[in-house]
Amino acid sequence: MKRIYVNEKWCLGCHLCEYYCAFANSGRSSMVKALKDHKIAPRIRIEERNNISFAVNCRHCTDPLCVKGCISGALTIVDGAVHIDSDKCVGCYTCILSCPYGALSTSNEGAVQKCELCAKNAFGQPMCVQGCPNKAIVYEER
Amino acid sequence: MNYVIIGNGTAAIGTIEGIRAVDQTGSITVISDEPYPVYGRPLISYLLLGKTTEDKMLHYRPADFYEKNGVTTLLGRRASKVDAIAKTVLLADGTVIPYDKLCVCTGSRPFVPPMEGLDTVTDKTSFMTLDDAKRLDALLGDANDKRVLIVGAGLIGLKCAEGILARTASLTILDLAPRILPNVLTEVPAGIIQRHLEGKGVRFLLGDSVARFEPHTAHLKSGSDVDFDILVVAVGVRPNTELAAEAGCAVERGILIDSHSATTVPDIYAAGDCTVSHDIAAQTDRILAILPNAYLQGETAGKSMAGGRASFDKAIPMNASGFLGLHMITAGCYDGETYLEHDEEHYKLLVTRDGKLVGFILIGDVDRAGIYTSLIREQTPLDSIDFELIREKPQLMAFSRAERAKKLGGAHA
Repeated sequence: MKRIYVNEKWCLGCHLCEYYCAFANSGRSSMVKALKDHKIAPRIRIEERNNISFAVNCRHCTDPLCVKGCISGALTIVDGAVHIDSDKCVGCYTCILSCPYGALSTSNEGAVQKCELCAKNAFGQPMCVQGCPNKAIVYEER
Repeated sequence: MNYVIIGNGTAAIGTIEGIRAVDQTGSITVISDEPYPVYGRPLISYLLLGKTTEDKMLHYRPADFYEKNGVTTLLGRRASKVDAIAKTVLLADGTVIPYDKLCVCTGSRPFVPPMEGLDTVTDKTSFMTLDDAKRLDALLGDANDKRVLIVGAGLIGLKCAEGILARTASLTILDLAPRILPNVLTEVPAGIIQRHLEGKGVRFLLGDSVARFEPHTAHLKSGSDVDFDILVVAVGVRPNTELAAEAGCAVERGILIDSHSATTVPDIYAAGDCTVSHDIAAQTDRILAILPNAYLQGETAGKSMAGGRASFDKAIPMNASGFLGLHMITAGCYDGETYLEHDEEHYKLLVTRDGKLVGFILIGDVDRAGIYTSLIREQTPLDSIDFELIREKPQLMAFSRAERAKKLGGAHA
């Protein structure tokens, strides 16, 4: 299965992946409408310190602890990717307790949010990858 | 191969999915005295809070889950005896179900200590099952005029309180322990959550217990009285071990299992709240009645029953819970060297022992707590990471460049 992989050597720390993620999942028609005057809650996050930076999002584990420990059944595996049904999620944060990558986060709406490889939004392919100017984030089979 | 599972909770679902990961054809039969398809038990407080519905709860797995997995369900039927020699399960209605491999996922039941006059209280319930939640919902009615007394300030009692507070005239929580969540938290963080809940209108009576009940009054040992319309007994739970014990399985409070979830009796496995786990953080054997643990033990049982290779040897106590907007995540044990920072509504405790992280408590800011959990679960030597950075916050930056390359560039464990 194709997954998102991150190579920190190429990361510029520009945070564009975060903006593209927030835009892609906003349901808005343009980046300006999605981002201007909004506090964004992207599903991919840059970690940075000194001269090192890299993006972290869901690894779509083949053996995902978040799915196994989910108390509501909101987290499931769909064609190899870990999806969340935010309507079923009650916001208990057991997945946040379980994920070794810290890849799930709280959303503005109360439920948990996570990367779903842009499969459920209008773009259909990971926009963080499209938006990365230095190809530090790639979407491929490994 | 003929697999039989007693119980239909999370451990049973893990068992089914574990079996099917290895064996797609063997027959699976699930026996449960509850009439429902599987549901996440911790959801019952969210049901009363209005954050989920019964319909959503009962779709913990899709509607066609049992059919797709070739599972025959015997719901609303009680298993009354296991014959390990004949390899059969006898149901209360006399039906005999033969098995090749059996998994006992019988869970736990509310512990109700003997309390004088308890039988005179008619409007009372435990808080473990969907039927308990429905009973409490009916007792509360729609008028928001009921005074509720919850006996027990553990997770079950507090989550119940969160679920119903807005629908009560008053809500009092009583516990013999001097602090709330005595099995999950230490004194200071327990105080933070207590004050938060008091601010929302919950009244706590701690270090006290009931001397005698009348139908609508609890006379306490301290001499004071609490009047109530509805009583919720949430003192604790006890593992359902009787079936396994009678079948000859070794039981010490819970059913003893090895890392493959096998009991001491051939072809009988067990998983979930009815078992004893080995807690690798405290290095002790204990009952870990938590949902993720139940799934992982069940999955391990299922794979092992089907002849696959599986073991689960990373059990630790862990809890994620919110109380009316204040979130808490905890894991491991708190015995060791401590690193602490806290203020009014935030608390962060990290505990290390022998160069490893063995426990943590986070209240308020719980972001990315799983990075801490993973350090405990994997028993990562702290000298292999930058502990200063990990103390600051959970972050992958604390790992070596090579380890990060694995985590972000290749590993999908």
